[in-house]
Amino acid sequence: MSAHPAQQEAHFRYVLRLGDTSLVLGQRLGEWAGHAPALEEDLGLANLALDLIGQARLLLTYAGELEGRGRDEDALAFLRDAPEFANLTLAEQPNGDFGQTIVRQWLLDAWQLEIYEGLLVSADTRLGAISAKAVKETRYHHRFSSGWLMRLGDGTQESHDRVQGALDSLWRFTAELFAADDVDERMEAAAIAPALTELAPRWSARIDEDLRAATLKRPAAQPYPWHGRRGVHTEHLGHMLAEMQHLQRTYPGVRW
Amino acid sequence: MIEPEVAAGREQLIWTLLAEVPDPEIPVLSIVDLGIVRHVRQDADGRLHVGITPTYSGCPATEVIRIAVRAALDAGGHADAVLEEVLSPPWTSEWLTSAGRSKLKAFGIAPPEEPVLSPRRLWDAPLVTCPRCGSRASERVSEFGSTPCKAHYRCGACQEPFDYFKCL
Repeated sequence: MSAHPAQQEAHFRYVLRLGDTSLVLGQRLGEWAGHAPALEEDLGLANLALDLIGQARLLLTYAGELEGRGRDEDALAFLRDAPEFANLTLAEQPNGDFGQTIVRQWLLDAWQLEIYEGLLVSADTRLGAISAKAVKETRYHHRFSSGWLMRLGDGTQESHDRVQGALDSLWRFTAELFAADDVDERMEAAAIAPALTELAPRWSARIDEDLRAATLKRPAAQPYPWHGRRGVHTEHLGHMLAEMQHLQRTYPGVRW
Repeated sequence: MIEPEVAAGREQLIWTLLAEVPDPEIPVLSIVDLGIVRHVRQDADGRLHVGITPTYSGCPATEVIRIAVRAALDAGGHADAVLEEVLSPPWTSEWLTSAGRSKLKAFGIAPPEEPVLSPRRLWDAPLVTCPRCGSRASERVSEFGSTPCKAHYRCGACQEPFDYFKCL
């Protein structure tokens, strides 16, 4: 496939952003292993993490090929610094309590559902194939996270207050989810990516429906968008990467 | 150019060979029972192509399966066969063969019961038949189990916990 260099660069960045969001969210969920409130939820979060890291592998492998500089999934995951990561800022936010993890997961599951469903008809058939696989897993994830959102929101006063608090504090990162920039616009024009302006209301409707069932209140819009996708991150990502990349950085090329 | 009958015969041979390769996580199932062998075909130059699809994006067994298939092909004298990863269409639990379903049940794992339900309704867990006593009075303990493809259930009649092979 020969394309204009700027187009090729945008294509690489688009796939990289999707891959990084899955990777970072998967790593965060992996931090719960052995710490979740119950064994079943420990397994549940680890299973979600596994799916997300699997999606990240497919996406980052593809991103590396699009970039054409010989970087594979491992080079992209383990040998980049925080400013080179292009994940959504929401994905890197710390786990907090179980409620906060659920709110972060649910917001991003709903986002991924829209993105992957939109990508099913992508002009990029490889991205379409990856999405067709991922969307089925994401439906399962959303059922898990929205189920817990309802249990916690419509649970005790304590659980309700905690998830409402988590929602209020994480909401400011949602402005980034559908804020299109030049990368999105190029991909949209090439029919590779769905139009974010069309996805946003669908995401919003799903969020409202789940919030109603969970007796939670939607926070007011906070228009300032964070820019994780452009490499501008909160301080949390660096700490997370320090742990995630420790082994590869200390022993370059190490294998099990 | 290879005669079509010769090609078909060799392809059939490969299917038989692959039917002996067990799934590493549920060894009573072969990879053919699981429905993850997507194609076996011979191209015009006589080279064999074997297509395998992963069950879940992150399924750790995928790598092990690839190695096992490679080994089986090499041992069967098909070292020139090309292994291909097929992503589309994505694997679904409906591809599990009926032989595979019976083997799962005999092994104590409930086979998938219904198509994927609406993600909206948490409370609509499918009614799953207990693989041990046949009772439908089971309840879901967790959406997730010991591997990505299984959920965790408990039988209300015989009280035994059991794995349920998820619908995807």
